[in-house]
Amino acid sequence: MNRLQRTLITIIFAALLVGPAAYLRWSQESGERASAASESSPDVLQRYGFRLKEQARDAGVDFTHQPLRLDQRLDHIAPQIAAMGASVSVVDFDQDGWQDFYVTNSASGSMNGLYRNLGNGQFVDVAREVGLADLNKPGTGACMGSVWADIDNDDDEDVLVYKWGRPELYRNDRGERFERITDSSGLPDWANLGCATWLDYDRDGLIDLFLAGYWSEDVRLEQLKTTRIMPESFEYANNGGRKWLLRNNGDGTFEDATAESGIDSTRWTLAVISADFNGDRFPDLFLSNDYGVSELFINRQGDRFEEIGKESGIGHAPKSGMNAAIGDVLNQGRLAIYESNISEEGVLLQGNNLWFPSASGATTYENLASVMGVELAGWSFGAQFGDLDNNGFVDLYVTNGYVSGDRGTSYWYDFSQITGGHRNIISDTDNWPDMKGRSLAGYQPKRVWLNDGAGQFQDVAQLIGATDRHDGRGVALVDLDNRGALDVLVANQRGPLLMYRNQVDPQRNWIAFELKGTRSNRSAIGTQVQVHWKNQQQLQELVAASGYSAQNQRRLHFGLGTSDQVDKVSILWPSGQTQELSHPAINQTHRIEEPK
Amino acid sequence: MSTTESTDLESSAAPDTVATSVKSELQRPLVSTSRASWKSLLTLENRFLAPILISCILLVGQLTFGFLESWWQTCLAIAVAITCELVLGRLMVGKFPHLASAYISGISVGILIRSPFLWPFALCASLSIMSKYVLRWRNRHLWNPSNFGVSAMLFLYPAAVASLSIQWGNTLWPMLVVWCLGSLIISRLKRFHICLTYVISFICLAGARSALTGSPFLANVAPLTGPMYQLFVFFMITDPRTTVSTKRGQCLVAFLIALVEMILRLAEFIHAPYYALFLVGPVALAAELAMKRKAEAPGSV
Repeated sequence: MNRLQRTLITIIFAALLVGPAAYLRWSQESGERASAASESSPDVLQRYGFRLKEQARDAGVDFTHQPLRLDQRLDHIAPQIAAMGASVSVVDFDQDGWQDFYVTNSASGSMNGLYRNLGNGQFVDVAREVGLADLNKPGTGACMGSVWADIDNDDDEDVLVYKWGRPELYRNDRGERFERITDSSGLPDWANLGCATWLDYDRDGLIDLFLAGYWSEDVRLEQLKTTRIMPESFEYANNGGRKWLLRNNGDGTFEDATAESGIDSTRWTLAVISADFNGDRFPDLFLSNDYGVSELFINRQGDRFEEIGKESGIGHAPKSGMNAAIGDVLNQGRLAIYESNISEEGVLLQGNNLWFPSASGATTYENLASVMGVELAGWSFGAQFGDLDNNGFVDLYVTNGYVSGDRGTSYWYDFSQITGGHRNIISDTDNWPDMKGRSLAGYQPKRVWLNDGAGQFQDVAQLIGATDRHDGRGVALVDLDNRGALDVLVANQRGPLLMYRNQVDPQRNWIAFELKGTRSNRSAIGTQVQVHWKNQQQLQELVAASGYSAQNQRRLHFGLGTSDQVDKVSILWPSGQTQELSHPAINQTHRIEEPK
Repeated sequence: MSTTESTDLESSAAPDTVATSVKSELQRPLVSTSRASWKSLLTLENRFLAPILISCILLVGQLTFGFLESWWQTCLAIAVAITCELVLGRLMVGKFPHLASAYISGISVGILIRSPFLWPFALCASLSIMSKYVLRWRNRHLWNPSNFGVSAMLFLYPAAVASLSIQWGNTLWPMLVVWCLGSLIISRLKRFHICLTYVISFICLAGARSALTGSPFLANVAPLTGPMYQLFVFFMITDPRTTVSTKRGQCLVAFLIALVEMILRLAEFIHAPYYALFLVGPVALAAELAMKRKAEAPGSV
């Protein structure tokens, strides 16, 4: 080999070694410069079609989440153990046509908030008046979230508040007060629930309940019996909480149908979404599990559930699942599932998942998060699909951040060291290094990914106003002012509830639907609505829980872009009935009742 | 830089050992040829042991716990490593080299780096193999190939690459099986003392770190129970072409790697083991080569 060849190979080696790195650095700096230029640009609305402005305090909402207080043996890692509980769920609890919302607190003795929408841009906390404030009583555990549905088909929304502790069920009495019916309801006495949802799994017209444990149910975090409570593995843990499937008897009581359902998971579930994934009209369950693989339980005709995670493709790579939201990302009538995980530069790059079905109703999925550009977000928690800019394609709001401690500090080294350990090491809290006030993926920016409709998402969070750096948890999308724009509510751990009001380009049109079941459950949970317009179609399914510890507005909102007409709307009710609307008026909310 | 025919192995399948074995076979009397050929059929050459071991680790890890995010990434790393080896071997040495080394480099890269993208696996594999041919001093390459590639990727591309950081599921047996199998194979290759020195040093220094930082001892030992360290201990620090020649020197270098790793860990470098080997290995090898040269110099005693 001659000198020239050797020199050439050396140059190629050097170029490969530093060339791509230099290019990526240059590319990143160019992007940051462009972003900085755009941030100062006045034409954000024109460029992106919408912008967000945080206005919680202006609207009378002053709510700050307080975390669970733990057994003192957990003091050294308290921030990461008590890192959940900030939730938000949207409901029109008083049936006045304006969307209200409920937020949970977690510290013993702290109060939850129920914010009534006054219809004039202002909100008032009525939780105490109606009996939904004092749910963190000492000895009863800490609130983690809430999920609403009409359990007795009496036209108003009742609420389950799930906790690391005793779950609570309240019956709504005409929006004036809530009656506690926990004791007679058949709910478990104690369950460390990470999430819950309502679904009519047997399609009998009564909404049933699914509860998913996070910690094992024998754990009392405020008073430990043992310090061996942690996951037995960072990626293969099976020592989490059990699950419950509770069948609604129709009289305010529920019957435990878990054993016959075949749902025997004991993974660490943090998010659940129930939707009809295989097109057989029976609602299925997708579980987003921390410390392990996700699970997909397919409902077999309301008799039993079959877990097909591995066969479907979603159950292979274990990650840290923290979110489950569905959206028809390509307007093809296929519901993709977005699952958030952990990504930290140079440490852990799990990447979020976008499970895209191979066909409509198919239960085989491919992770297209990387291809579509929605993979690397940070330590992600809540995420929701919604057409924020009303351009006809669902966008994605993702909140990030785990523990924001002292600025400039990091617990990542210790975290990565212990989480690589064997179960005898990782599962005992005594082996976990002291956090000493350090941050773990703290102060992270959020993502607002705009869907271009062609399979690509662009992050515009910093440009359109989603600039907070709190430790985000639950995210809910809601049209707070009934003006055809999806606003964003964000519940932050140890932080304030944020209300991002959305200003959308008025030239963009929309249509929305409020559904009421008659033969189906009254909340119409499980109904699928498909809107067709100008060679486009979009499918949405009305679900209860969505995202992480959150529930969106019951109203289904579709952006239409500049299209001034909807061709038709197909509604598939849980009862099996189909309904079609032809050329419904746009820029208004249609209230549809299921034909009897 | 050199153009010798050294196609050195990342594994412990030292060419020297293989060459000696072939030579001794040729020198045996003809009457024993038949028995020898049977024996050779039933006996694995040393150069195949390391590839078999690392393949076992990959298969056990993937089939039982699914620790690869995708087969494609690992296959790509192996394919790129082998292609690079073939091309560079042909160009720089004049013949196609044995592919055991490239296979081990590729599979190590495929397991050790984690990325949501495909390109880091190809880039890391190519850098690993190229480093063997480009970064040479006195007819030896100084860095363990995959250690060079992985360290470079972790340092230069933190936004796209992380390292394997998971554990062997929830039970002890897969870890024990790999440790036992690995120890047997490494013993046969006469390199077990390197692994043992490193592991003992790591545990002792974990105690020192625990005392210095006030963190639990088991937290400091925890990384040793993961598959990443099994690859690191069995395949990287034992690489015959990038370790010093004497047994005592090898033990000293293994200890120094653990020591530098401790210093890096005290500074909270998450990828401390890779960087420690990256720093210590070449320095030790260069020092030995320099000393040998000095000893061989005319007039030396």
